Amino acid sequence: MQITLNNRVETLEVVRLTVSELLKVKNFTFKMLIVKINGKLINKTEYDTAEIADGDDVQVIHLISGG
Amino acid sequence: MTFQEIKQRLRRKSVGIAGCGGLGSNCAVALARVGVGRLVIVDFDAVTVSNLNRQYFFLDQIGMKKVEALRENIRRIDPAIGVEVADVKLTPDLLPGLFASCDVVVEAFDRADQKEMLIETMLKDFPEKPLVVGLGVAGWGRTDLVHFRKSGNLYICGDEVSEISVELPPLAPRVGMVANMQANVVVEILLSSEVAR
Repeated sequence: MQITLNNRVETLEVVRLTVSELLKVKNFTFKMLIVKINGKLINKTEYDTAEIADGDDVQVIHLISGG
Repeated sequence: MTFQEIKQRLRRKSVGIAGCGGLGSNCAVALARVGVGRLVIVDFDAVTVSNLNRQYFFLDQIGMKKVEALRENIRRIDPAIGVEVADVKLTPDLLPGLFASCDVVVEAFDRADQKEMLIETMLKDFPEKPLVVGLGVAGWGRTDLVHFRKSGNLYICGDEVSEISVELPPLAPRVGMVANMQANVVVEILLSSEVAR
């Protein structure tokens, strides 16, 4: 399937995957992050169940200290 | 648009700024200079000498509450700017009372967990309100890494990789770049919403 991840088109070898699986596959290792699927915030408690499907627009934002 | 026209439009606008450190103090000053009419500034901290390498405070303000010191500095630039201060540690329950009336909110916290709290709360409770965040400001140089991107009503400024550490401190030039990028995005949002009306 094809998704848009942080404004870049990505092709994945699976039909569906959860947020947790995506974070693992794409090596998002930061503890603190914000995930949005098609503009909707995904709560941390939903990472194991929320599924990403073909055509979805996914935003993963690392929260980085400093300001 | 002439500066007088810009100032006239911005005078009716209101911006909330969460955090008055390197990002918030510099962003607030930039917005005050162009004439944003009302600023709501939030911070619980006091000015220390270690802040002066990047934050818009002065040696004789050490020990002052940051919100009070920043209000004083903005008054010295333009006393017509309305500055509302909240000397509190921002929590989700306080957010509506402070920022509901703001046209745009600026995320200017230092710590990642506070950034997370603000972004999550805003996306849940105020999904329609533009939120301009600063992510990745540490160190020096690497000017080309600093960027801007937009995801719905979330506007991201910074390099999104450089975390502060003892060996990679936050410094005036790079923190100021991102703070002013945030201010620049705010002005763009405020002026474009004005045109659409």
